[in-house]
Amino acid sequence: MFKIVQREEMAQGTIVLNEIEAPRIAAKAKPGQFVILQANETGERIPLTMADVDTEKGTITIIYMIVGKSTSLFGSMAVGQEYYAVIGPLGKATHLEKKGKVVCVGGGTGIAVLHPITRGLKEVGNEVITILGSRNKDLLIMEEKMAKVSDTLHICTDDGSQGHHGFVTDVLKDVLEKEDIGLVVAIGPVPMMKFVSMITKEKNVETLVSLNPIMVDGTGMCGGCRVSVGGETKFACVDGPEFDGHNVDYDELSKRLQAYQTEEKISMDACQCK
Amino acid sequence: MAEKKVKKEKTPRVKMPEQAPDVRNRNFEEVPLGLTPEMAQMEAARCLQCKKPACVEGCPVSVNIPGFIRKIVDGDFAGATATLWEKNALPAVCGRVCPQEIQCEGRCIVGKKGEPVAIGYLERFAADYARKSGNVALPAVAEKTGKKVAVVGSGPSGLTVAGDLILKGHDVTIFEAFHKTGGVLVYGIPEFRLPKDIVGSEVATLEQLGVKIETNNVVGTTVTVDELLEEGYDAVYVGVGAGLPRFMNLPGENLIGVFSANEYLTRTNLMKAYLFPKYDTPVAKGKNVVILGAGNVAMDSARTAMRLGAESVKVVYRRSREEMPARAEELHHAEEEGIEFVLLTNPVQFFGDESGRLTGMECLKMELGEPDASGRRRPLPIEGSEYKMDCDLVVVSVGAKANPLLTNATPEIGLNQWGNIIADPATGKTTKKGVWAGGDIVTGMATVILAMGAGREAADSIHNYLTLGW
Repeated sequence: MFKIVQREEMAQGTIVLNEIEAPRIAAKAKPGQFVILQANETGERIPLTMADVDTEKGTITIIYMIVGKSTSLFGSMAVGQEYYAVIGPLGKATHLEKKGKVVCVGGGTGIAVLHPITRGLKEVGNEVITILGSRNKDLLIMEEKMAKVSDTLHICTDDGSQGHHGFVTDVLKDVLEKEDIGLVVAIGPVPMMKFVSMITKEKNVETLVSLNPIMVDGTGMCGGCRVSVGGETKFACVDGPEFDGHNVDYDELSKRLQAYQTEEKISMDACQCK
Repeated sequence: MAEKKVKKEKTPRVKMPEQAPDVRNRNFEEVPLGLTPEMAQMEAARCLQCKKPACVEGCPVSVNIPGFIRKIVDGDFAGATATLWEKNALPAVCGRVCPQEIQCEGRCIVGKKGEPVAIGYLERFAADYARKSGNVALPAVAEKTGKKVAVVGSGPSGLTVAGDLILKGHDVTIFEAFHKTGGVLVYGIPEFRLPKDIVGSEVATLEQLGVKIETNNVVGTTVTVDELLEEGYDAVYVGVGAGLPRFMNLPGENLIGVFSANEYLTRTNLMKAYLFPKYDTPVAKGKNVVILGAGNVAMDSARTAMRLGAESVKVVYRRSREEMPARAEELHHAEEEGIEFVLLTNPVQFFGDESGRLTGMECLKMELGEPDASGRRRPLPIEGSEYKMDCDLVVVSVGAKANPLLTNATPEIGLNQWGNIIADPATGKTTKKGVWAGGDIVTGMATVILAMGAGREAADSIHNYLTLGW
């Protein structure tokens, strides 16, 4: 049922794209929504936001960085092999609205998540300024695809191997100085989203972030993915994954993401899939 | 003559052999070991075969209890299972998890002067015997009606509806959000109370009868109830349970180490985290574990924590022993396994370290005041009684409420103030034509057998609708 129909390696094999047959999900999925995947019967369920859907082919696309046991397992699967379980579309879709000028900020595999949202914002008539960041030029993904859905594209690398030598926040500050921005969308590592939100809060610019807490079921059943937003506990899987970036408790999120560090290492060490 | 009478009275109720407490509290194997055929036949002979059996009235799905027990007496074990199957699609489950003391066994006439017939043990024996011997006499399926029914949720009520309607000749498809069927039977109730291969086997029997199953389908998002009706289903049964955990909204509740019982049990049972790293899903293993709440789910969580290697497991409850909602048998098992009960105590806040991990909990001692709306004496805090309890893992088990995923997508299905579906208590009909509901999504969190009873009534009503009209 959930057969891999296309597989692509990006960023020197550290990031992998899978296009997967999932017609019911493809028919429904909207930008910002995610799926839960499980590679095999002994596998764990992990959430990934969809980078694309093809309603005609009935497929969805996910892009993941190989960071542990489960993503290694995913990465070892070839075209023609099947995922044991794919569940979705889950979470709330991005509220796409015409805001005038918008800035889309993406880091790492967050760029994959950002892609359908950026396209959606463009389609409803916004002028889109995109800022992408990565450690170096080899780790940058989807540059061309993002260029297609953006009016302006900025690239930042930590080592200066491409574009601006520095962080996405440097460019963002600059853009916010020069332009009248109606919305910022930031998706990437937690510190990146945190710093983007700090900058936009000073300028009072509405900011959306997409959170990536640990999940189990993804349907609101367990609360494993709970996050504090504006002092209230929310379940990212049903109330999000997108939230007002100015109200998220990023420090709590960062800590909760470390909950199973020891177990994750044990799992990876016991695995032949490295 | 006198000798004969004495002999009859002295046949005691059978005792179920069990794993010893100090052995079983470190493994996930089933605690009760089941009856041998000899034990089952001896126990079955205690049944008086009443003409008007009160036990049947006490059973929410009206199993022909004297009938199946008679077959055990006669040594026709497959026949006993077939009799169970006429009314109950899940006998191996019910024999294990039903609160028989307030249902069938509570009404047994033998129980008036002594101990009631062990109906639950016998039901379990027959179902297990049939499964192990492979000698299952499946009931006859009626001629196909050509009508299609979608059953949403594969918990106890959904499985009952599916079993009833397939026997009546309808085409039944179950939609399940998880990758495995069984609902609370697979994610909630632990292996040591209900082995998962038994649930799998009961579901496989439904499939043999013709029930189709679509897992990984979250009705409400993957497909909606309206779309199912458009796809050609003539009726929809909603049995999605009460799968939204309650938290206590206390400071520090988002520290690492504080879990909902749903998460703790789902990781351990459904994802088999107790077999980590053979299975990939981890679960936190606490040394000093505190369970908040005192229902069956709390007992399951406490006993699970012990089996995962805890040094101490405390059940912290704000009322006293008498008010604990868990079954007496569960409390007894938990106590035998070394679980402590800290009664008349309520948490106030949780403490953590710099890395956000739980280190302790502040509690307040309580005393019981006047009875509240629920008829139970209201716990009142004793001023100045705060004290700190060290703990590195807390499982919040204070109940669950309705999950709105499905109902949000179908506003025509009327809800009450708590978000539960409004359904006719006699038929299960909702406010939307062609849609029935039952189990915890209607009643709020209740029992397996009540959900099955609701399923039975809805299945009868759906059958009437499909053959006669709304």
